[in-house]
Amino acid sequence: MDKSKVILCRCEDISLDELSQKMEEGYTTFEDLKRILRVGMGPCQANTCAHLIQKELAQFLNKDMSEVSVHKVRPLTLGVTLNQLANGDQNED
Amino acid sequence: MKTNVLIIGGGISGLSIAYNLAIRGVQDIVVVDKSYFCGGDTGRCGAGVRQQWATKTNCMLAKRSIDFFEKAKDILGYEGNLEFKQEGYLILASSEKEAAQFKQNVALQNECGIPSRVVSKKEALQIVPHLNPEAFISATFCPTDGHLNPFKMSEAYMLAAKRLGVSFHFYEEVLDIDKEGDRITRVITNKATYEVNQVVNAAGGYSHEVGLLAGIDIPVYSEKHEILATEPVAKMQGPMVMSFSHNIYCQQVPHGAFLMGRSDPDVPHDHDIESSWQFLEAMAKTVTHILPPLGQLRVVRQWAGHYNMSLDRQPILGGVAEVSNLYLACGFSGHGFMFAPITGEIVADIMCGLTPFMDVSELSSERFKEKQDFIIEKSVV
Repeated sequence: MDKSKVILCRCEDISLDELSQKMEEGYTTFEDLKRILRVGMGPCQANTCAHLIQKELAQFLNKDMSEVSVHKVRPLTLGVTLNQLANGDQNED
Repeated sequence: MKTNVLIIGGGISGLSIAYNLAIRGVQDIVVVDKSYFCGGDTGRCGAGVRQQWATKTNCMLAKRSIDFFEKAKDILGYEGNLEFKQEGYLILASSEKEAAQFKQNVALQNECGIPSRVVSKKEALQIVPHLNPEAFISATFCPTDGHLNPFKMSEAYMLAAKRLGVSFHFYEEVLDIDKEGDRITRVITNKATYEVNQVVNAAGGYSHEVGLLAGIDIPVYSEKHEILATEPVAKMQGPMVMSFSHNIYCQQVPHGAFLMGRSDPDVPHDHDIESSWQFLEAMAKTVTHILPPLGQLRVVRQWAGHYNMSLDRQPILGGVAEVSNLYLACGFSGHGFMFAPITGEIVADIMCGLTPFMDVSELSSERFKEKQDFIIEKSVV
């Protein structure tokens, strides 16, 4: 398997190879990896990569997946335009 | 465990102090942080670096910090990309009163060697064509202000400090500080007890609480500031656009996303950093008024962090009268990231008994005891 061709984070185009390298450098929590690689910061907000990276971290740390935390979920749950947000109150009483 | 210097807080200020102490030959330095790498306010900041200030002290600190950022990659030997861009800050004036104040600010900035200038509405619209011309009357522009990736800048300091022998302990929280007379003897964390010679309080949003552990009441408080990020788009805006009267800063980072924030004048002084819908709505109304085309962009994420506020909106750096081996780097009032290089330089100089490049009495916490009529920095969002 060519790890550089396995894409874990499609939003930010991060490969398994890049992830492995950062884990080797000592970044072994999702929050660390998010800040260094931008995984989970794109349009899908980690909906795709969270469990993939969780699995890789569990393997790397020799832990159960349930012991590996993923990212803090931040609002919004899906992208909303600034115009919609600015005008959203026009339908309210 | 015996430790020469214990730095509390692994944000950009603690990192810069650790690095600056190490290059001055100080050995046996430990940095502790209660969270993950960049888990505090450095990792939550707006990523802007600017020199357009209204007090001489802030101008001098900012100028010297930008001088460092320009060479940081080489000086720190960082292999990654700091995403440093110098495409300026455009600060909008929306009243004659504000324009007059900005003219004075620019004169002061120029005195300090900062290449800012007053620009007409017409010129401002050439610099950022999608500005709403109705939203301002004139502006100031400094082309050497800009952006820097806070995670990458922090990593650059951390790796450089590690190479010089500094130890970093994340997920380690300070629980207690023991003193004998006016000296700190021991710092107790959830993982270890350190017998220390010197201690630095660079705890960002929690610096007041760390001060209390050492028996001092540092005149700072924390308040929540919120930010949002949009989806990334092709480059359309070079400079940070900022307005104090409209209460907004907004920039497109090199990655393509727009980051924007504003403050809430009624925010309580506490440690709440939850995201609010009130911010989203107010931010959206403000930005679509000032930069109308941005209304088309989708917001993908919002978050918040602390500003650790001082009474005059200028940092508190250096020793304290009550505790002889405690040093402060706090009260940055939202600007700790952009002042990090000079913070490290000044605090390390003071701790090593060297003479800093500027008069540091203006930065000591003692300034608040001596007078009540300090000059307050107004150029803050």
